[in-house]
Amino acid sequence: MSRAARRRAALNLTLALIGLLGAVLALGLGDYPLTPAQVVEALVGSDSGFARTVVVEWRAPRVMVALAFGAALATSGALFQSLTRNPLGSPDVIGLSTGSYTGALVAMAWAGSGRLATTSGAIVGGLATAVLVYVLAHRDGVQGFRLIVVGIGVTAMLHAFNLFLLARLREETAMTAAIWGAGSIGLIGWDRALPALAVLAALTPLTVAAAPALRQLELGDDAAGGHGLRVEPARLAILALGAALTAVVTASAGPIAFIALAAPQIAQRLTRSPGTPLLASALLGGLGLLAADLAAQFVLPMAVPTGAVTVVLGGAYLVDLMIREARSDKTAR
Amino acid sequence: MSSSLSVSAPRRLSRRLAALTAVLVLLAGTVLASLAVGARAIDPAEVWRALTGGPASPEAIATVVGLRLPRTVAGLLVGLCLGLAGAVIQGLTRNPLADPGILGVNAGAAFFVAIAVGVFHIMSPAAYVWFAFAGALAATGAVFLIGSWGSMGSSPARLVLAGMAFGAVLAGVTSIIRLSNRQAFNAMVAWEIGSLSNTTWPVVAGVAPLALVGCLAAAIVARPLGALALGDDLAQALGSRLAVTRLVGVLAITLTAGAATALAGPIGFVGLMAPHVARWLIGPDQPWIMALTAGLAPTVVLAADIAGRVLTPPGELPAATLTAFVGAPVLIGLARRRQARGL
Amino acid sequence: MEPLQRLSAQAVTLAYGRRLVAQELTAAIPHGGFTVIVGPNACGKSTLLRALARLLSPRAGQVLLDGRSIANQPTKAVARQIGLLPQTSIAPPGIAVEDLVARGRYPHQSLLQRSPERDRAAVVEAMAATGVSDLAEQAVDELSGGQRQRVWIAMALAQDTDIILLDEPTTFLDIAHQVEVLELLTSLNRRGKTVVAVLHDLNQAARYASHLIVMATGRVVTTGAPSEVMTEALVSQVFGLPCLVLPDPVTGSPLVVPRRAERTD
Repeated sequence: MSRAARRRAALNLTLALIGLLGAVLALGLGDYPLTPAQVVEALVGSDSGFARTVVVEWRAPRVMVALAFGAALATSGALFQSLTRNPLGSPDVIGLSTGSYTGALVAMAWAGSGRLATTSGAIVGGLATAVLVYVLAHRDGVQGFRLIVVGIGVTAMLHAFNLFLLARLREETAMTAAIWGAGSIGLIGWDRALPALAVLAALTPLTVAAAPALRQLELGDDAAGGHGLRVEPARLAILALGAALTAVVTASAGPIAFIALAAPQIAQRLTRSPGTPLLASALLGGLGLLAADLAAQFVLPMAVPTGAVTVVLGGAYLVDLMIREARSDKTAR
Repeated sequence: MSSSLSVSAPRRLSRRLAALTAVLVLLAGTVLASLAVGARAIDPAEVWRALTGGPASPEAIATVVGLRLPRTVAGLLVGLCLGLAGAVIQGLTRNPLADPGILGVNAGAAFFVAIAVGVFHIMSPAAYVWFAFAGALAATGAVFLIGSWGSMGSSPARLVLAGMAFGAVLAGVTSIIRLSNRQAFNAMVAWEIGSLSNTTWPVVAGVAPLALVGCLAAAIVARPLGALALGDDLAQALGSRLAVTRLVGVLAITLTAGAATALAGPIGFVGLMAPHVARWLIGPDQPWIMALTAGLAPTVVLAADIAGRVLTPPGELPAATLTAFVGAPVLIGLARRRQARGL
Repeated sequence: MEPLQRLSAQAVTLAYGRRLVAQELTAAIPHGGFTVIVGPNACGKSTLLRALARLLSPRAGQVLLDGRSIANQPTKAVARQIGLLPQTSIAPPGIAVEDLVARGRYPHQSLLQRSPERDRAAVVEAMAATGVSDLAEQAVDELSGGQRQRVWIAMALAQDTDIILLDEPTTFLDIAHQVEVLELLTSLNRRGKTVVAVLHDLNQAARYASHLIVMATGRVVTTGAPSEVMTEALVSQVFGLPCLVLPDPVTGSPLVVPRRAERTD
């Protein structure tokens, strides 16, 4: 392991610790404030008082979901960006979230705004979009740039269709749809969180297993093939994995934009890692969504969907990073 | 690309002139159709009489001159502006994916419109125009500033990333405003959909001068952009002044994209698609691409607007919906057809 | 007498999409030799190399490794026998030399079975063999062209294969670095590796190769030792270049000296 790799490991550990501390802090925040010590006591203690109910039943799902969904989105983004070698290769740019939104909107327009209809509509929409983009981009294998162009094309069509549907819906439904469309994790209890978390937990070992193949694909198709990787099946598997991660999250929480795009970019800049770092992206994604959710709950004066906050926070941070990067470049010169 | 090598220069020129002529004829036909087609179809002869002050029925005059003419002129302007903006952005960033939307133009315009409605409670679409315009200018300027800060200059990837990041921030704030304010929500849904249906003469006349200045700036940088396509170093070696080219290019983009978005809301895809189709028709030569784009893009916008009027009677489909549905397959086809490479 | 061979292409037909590159091409790689493939641009040299490395499946015919078709063997098993340095590889931005070289260990790693010590030893040895040990911690994108090429070769060496294929390993290098790379390949060859390289420079090919494969428009024109193969008639036939062939004053290998080209286009 090189010095740079050891440094990255230390950074990942730090991020994980911050995530843990953030979670404890978040579990204490709310109308019934608790100190971190009380939170830990409620979590591990045998006492089954009110504090335990507040922490475990009310707040834990939201915090868990924030961390897990953020990590899943960021991982999905890292997988896609690494394959396409392009920050624009993120699942939200190539249409997966937009497709989920289309699915949900169609479900709301024709099957009522029940939760089951919306969720299944979103899953079907997201996965169908992924398949569509892959098939359209496939020609002697799938090449990153073509995938992005095709994805942007499909996204544009779906986006136009979404706006069209939104303008046709009754005002009440449209507002509900728009709130769903901005992405929110606020209303998720254990009943909804558990299935999604279970699926994400099942996808985690697959992601770990995919990492070495991803590192090979970063070297170019020929080098990866020369090292014995079956390039096209590996790429398809990684794309499917990324699409599944995004679809699960989007179906439960709506399209939470920008984590998938920003977290890997921020992770890469922080860790100065070669290629797109999976673990650091996941950790940052979880942290980012938790922070965004806390801001949505406690900082802003009105109730705001989490997705709107992630966009603002992630975007602002990325802008700031780019400016600082440019400045340090200037001084280095 | 290889064809431009094998075809001798005079033949290439005649091919390009033929392509340009064909596009202009197509555009003329589309303009005529835009004046004739709608909820009430008017035959072309009557359209001509209405336009030239000949003996036409008063309804025809009212419809053609009062409603469809400003709409058509707006469509022409919007198309011209979007197409040129796209061509200049693609040339400037050396990024075939670049599109006004990617540089945050739409997000900036939408943000200012949301502020106009949500904060200042302005409810007149005529006033949105200026907010949209200002927003587009501010956003593009900011993106270029962020993207080109520092020693690297505006490297294509940085610029696009800056556009995505900044555009996302604005889009996020916009969505917060619209979700917390019902008036803003309704106004935004109407604006955001991208349509020419509400254009009136005063709005067109107000925006037109700025749009034309933008188009002029685009025409000025056409040749220098061709040199820029070879890379910064080679462009400088060929004697082009990078800083000036960039500055005029950015000016062209902000004015044209801002004007188009102000007039019609965010109409996607025209700026992305038209230069690609032009390049595909006549090969990689920036001035020619821009000339052809100037004819193609308005054709696309007007055709989309016309189709929107007749496809779903009695309602109208917004132009942006149709440009996306026409433009996206074209783009996907191009991406599949050619060895699209690199960013 | 036919030299012992482990790797060969048997009547392979190679194509990209609808573009046919080579038809019924047969070529054998002598075991333990330094084989160089030469030929004009677009004659199918790289394509043949890609087929030998299993990156391109032949439309017809087969590539044999130790008598078995490589198409029927697990890709990683093939990659433990045959290493490849492609013409274009991508160094992930900011990656350290050591980490890049370590990625050549991929065919020896699986989820269940890893031996970090052996990986580590192979990486260290590969870096030492290519003289990049001192650069281990440096970022690849900060290296000079010659250093970077040695790092890529180190990655191929870390793969620890008996056979190593290199696609134009000297392109973009200055003359000193070209010689350096070729000397490095020679020394690897002396230590028992079978080396196969696509080269553009005929004189370098003639000087370093023990076996030449001369290709033109998708077929093998001739093969054999450079001193037998490299003649004025052959160069004129394959490259359309009138020339003199003299003995190289340093090594005695054939030296191609072009006469004035009489190109008509």
